[in-house]
Amino acid sequence: MLGGRRLRLDWVGTVPFLAYVGVFLFVPTVIIAVGAFLDDGGSFSLSNFAGLFQSDVVTATVNTVLLSAVTAVIGAVLGALLAYAIATGNPDGVFRRAVVSASGVLAQFGGVTLAFAFIATIGPAGFVYLFAQQHGLDFYANGYWIYDLRGLALVYLYFQIPLMVLVFLPALDGIKPQWREAAESLGGRTWHYWRYVAGPLLLPSFLGATLLLFANSFSAYATANALINQGNPVLAQQISGFISSEVGLHKPGLANAIALEMIAIVVVATVLYSLLQRRSSRWLQ
Amino acid sequence: MAAVSGGFQRARRRKLQAFRAVVFILAGLFFLVPILAMLEFSTRAGNTFTSPRTGQFWRQIFDYPDLVAAITASLELAAITSAVMLVLLVPTMVWVRLRLPGLSRIVEFICLLPLTIPAIVLVVGFFPMYLWMGNNFSDNILTLAFAYVILVLPYCYRAIDAGLGAIDVKTLTEAARSLGASWFTVMWRVIVPNVSAAILNATLLSVALVLGEYTIANNLLYNNLQVEIAMLGRANAGVSIAVAVASLLFAFLLLVGLAFVGRKRPRQQEVLVKTYARDLAGKTV
Amino acid sequence: MKLGSLSRRLGVAVVAFVLLAACGSAPSGNSSSACSESTAKTATSASACGGMSALVAAANAEGKLNVIALPPDWANYGAIISGFQAKYPSIKITSDNPNGSSQDEVDAVTHLGTSSRAPDVLDIGMAVALANTSLFAPYKVATWGDILDSQKEPTGLWFQDYGGFMSIGYDSSKVPGGTISSVDDLMGSGFKGKVALNGDPTKANAALNGVMMINLAKGGSLDDISKGVDFFHQLRQAKNFVPIQATTATVKNGTTPVVLDWDYLSAAHGKDVSTWKVFVPSNAILGGYYAQAVSKTAPHPAAARLWEEYLYSDEGQNLWLKGLARPVRQAAMQQSGKIDAAAAAALPPVNGTPVFLSADQATAAKTYLSTHWAAAIA
Repeated sequence: MLGGRRLRLDWVGTVPFLAYVGVFLFVPTVIIAVGAFLDDGGSFSLSNFAGLFQSDVVTATVNTVLLSAVTAVIGAVLGALLAYAIATGNPDGVFRRAVVSASGVLAQFGGVTLAFAFIATIGPAGFVYLFAQQHGLDFYANGYWIYDLRGLALVYLYFQIPLMVLVFLPALDGIKPQWREAAESLGGRTWHYWRYVAGPLLLPSFLGATLLLFANSFSAYATANALINQGNPVLAQQISGFISSEVGLHKPGLANAIALEMIAIVVVATVLYSLLQRRSSRWLQ
Repeated sequence: MAAVSGGFQRARRRKLQAFRAVVFILAGLFFLVPILAMLEFSTRAGNTFTSPRTGQFWRQIFDYPDLVAAITASLELAAITSAVMLVLLVPTMVWVRLRLPGLSRIVEFICLLPLTIPAIVLVVGFFPMYLWMGNNFSDNILTLAFAYVILVLPYCYRAIDAGLGAIDVKTLTEAARSLGASWFTVMWRVIVPNVSAAILNATLLSVALVLGEYTIANNLLYNNLQVEIAMLGRANAGVSIAVAVASLLFAFLLLVGLAFVGRKRPRQQEVLVKTYARDLAGKTV
Repeated sequence: MKLGSLSRRLGVAVVAFVLLAACGSAPSGNSSSACSESTAKTATSASACGGMSALVAAANAEGKLNVIALPPDWANYGAIISGFQAKYPSIKITSDNPNGSSQDEVDAVTHLGTSSRAPDVLDIGMAVALANTSLFAPYKVATWGDILDSQKEPTGLWFQDYGGFMSIGYDSSKVPGGTISSVDDLMGSGFKGKVALNGDPTKANAALNGVMMINLAKGGSLDDISKGVDFFHQLRQAKNFVPIQATTATVKNGTTPVVLDWDYLSAAHGKDVSTWKVFVPSNAILGGYYAQAVSKTAPHPAAARLWEEYLYSDEGQNLWLKGLARPVRQAAMQQSGKIDAAAAAALPPVNGTPVFLSADQATAAKTYLSTHWAAAIA
């Protein structure tokens, strides 16, 4: 009886958050979900979900999942290394504040301008490319990889790495130097410290951050659209095509259905992440 | 033993410093060179690297009157969004950790959902509520804050979660509560100072996101900073890149300022917490 | 006696007639009700709203105008907006969604139509105009008669505003030989990584017309776009065609020295690149016009109509001409002598008979593209 009353009281603490999210997140999501079940005439239909199996939508799905997974993992590893380099410095220094602030800015930098920044650097008219070319090295001898998914992955890392730094740094800050000393006093070397002490403590945050990077890359639109403007290779571009097409391929229902598909894929990714968390915590015990 | 471990410590520190130097140099090249390329392009009088330099495109930024109103609106939005996000998220996350651990996966997924749906289709879900809000409540651009709080949830949740995971929330809370602290005191004077780095990073991410947000504002027909930048950028090529670099610099300086403000207080807060606990218990902590 | 009573009756009749006439005209003499909010919403012309001065007064009273998807470098809209603001200083123009497509404009009206921020007027491609006439309010500008019947909807739901021809714009200092004289030149090895379209043809009107222009130049017809798609496939195989989005910045920095786009948009690159040239193939003169429409739910109906009057006045039309677009009243203005001769002379030269895509042909093209484009340029 007492426990039951306490449980009900406990829920009250989450009401503000759930209420806010209920109004401003669930309602829009429901609107999108309902839209996925409406055809062009406004009546109930499942035809939009058939559209998910169109060859270009399937290709875009595969492309986007691969691109997101690759940039998430590489971004997480490189970002973690950079975060470690920052965390091991003076916590109150100007350098750390500058680097963290720069990471904040760059984590949200994207779109046409980011694409241009890379084009101006290593694009066919970029100075790094021209410099290399003058010295005998032609990046694009075998094709313009900068304009396909490989180039896009490289450009994505530009915001994935700073994002990783920002969300993983607090976890690294939590590492106490005493743990290192303790590990060493027990005769452990660097490998042992990371494998048995710091690693298991950091892994949940690391995996969570990787999942965030995956979702971040998964829904990114403007940068992909600037670099690969033909063929809608990424799911978000497929959605945009069905919303904004001015040549008659305007299919808002299908756009909503693709959005639902994207949510489903991230649900799967989240479930895999949960399983991985649980597994890894058991392995590392 | 001391001599051996001393030498070992020095060798490890040297390796660490070398590691940090390499990481920072590589990161600096990767992140700064594209920005320098944009800066170079925005100061070209002609069309090649060897052409003379000009400041005309940068000067055009200051001649654009609508930019000031847009900057003010975006700054206000950044402040409101960050404040609401912190008030909504930090207590909820602490509460879930303490009392409702079964809910943590759900809260985690809710906080990932906004990032799963691309902004171009999420705004479709926002249309009805913003139409209603505009006709019945307020038409002001600051109502975008409602949507922005949702958009920053994924990033801020991850940063704060990393911070909370690094401290022992349960013990800290129990200690403070047993000393007679109210829940407000626990949050404000015990938890928050200990996750100040995470809160700062979450705020930086939130401010950077609001300053860089384009799609939702644009499709809801509000002219925030990025929309005005896009408009200004259509005047000519040079000013489009100049204003993009200016926007990055502006955001960077703002975030550095925030980072300096954010860091000052925790030292005082830690002392306060210790003093408070000591006074209550009548003994040194 | 009879004459007296007749004249008396006539006198009464005259007085009665005069009184009736005076009563009948009294409301229209009062300008504040001539172009009120409700009248302006359904006014189909300036005269229906009490005349130009009443329209101006009503628009000034509204004090605002919302336009959408009119970036400053598109057909000289920057100058047109400033021109309007200079002429009617009490009307503040808010310009939204600078990079929006025609569909985005219509979506804004559909989803936010009753909001005070909703667009008042639309400048859209023909496909979108024809599909969304239920959103428009009919309006006939003062110079309605100068527009050809084929270029307007009879009741005034939409009316074409300016147009141009699909072209290949290029930086002559970056292409082999310094000139492009035929579409086949693009297959040359000197064009590796240099050719770009303005958008994806399954999404953007300009890009669809770009592929159609190539199609016509390669011997295809308006009804069948397959030859154009095949040519782009070959261009892609040769690594000449690149999928990057061409912007003024990529043109200026030399990444996309060859861009297929409307001639008036392409000619604007001449500002940034002095060696920029515009080529329209003589065997493929594909024209395209955009159309104006007034939103039925416009929050500022009088200002919307005044804007249309401005656009179709000699001043507005000449400003479009300065932007190197061909205004719809060009022929009439040339006859009346009101045309800006210098601007007309600066138009990219076109020798031959232009063709235009009909609605059905555009539909057939987009259907083919939706199933073949992505694979062709993969």
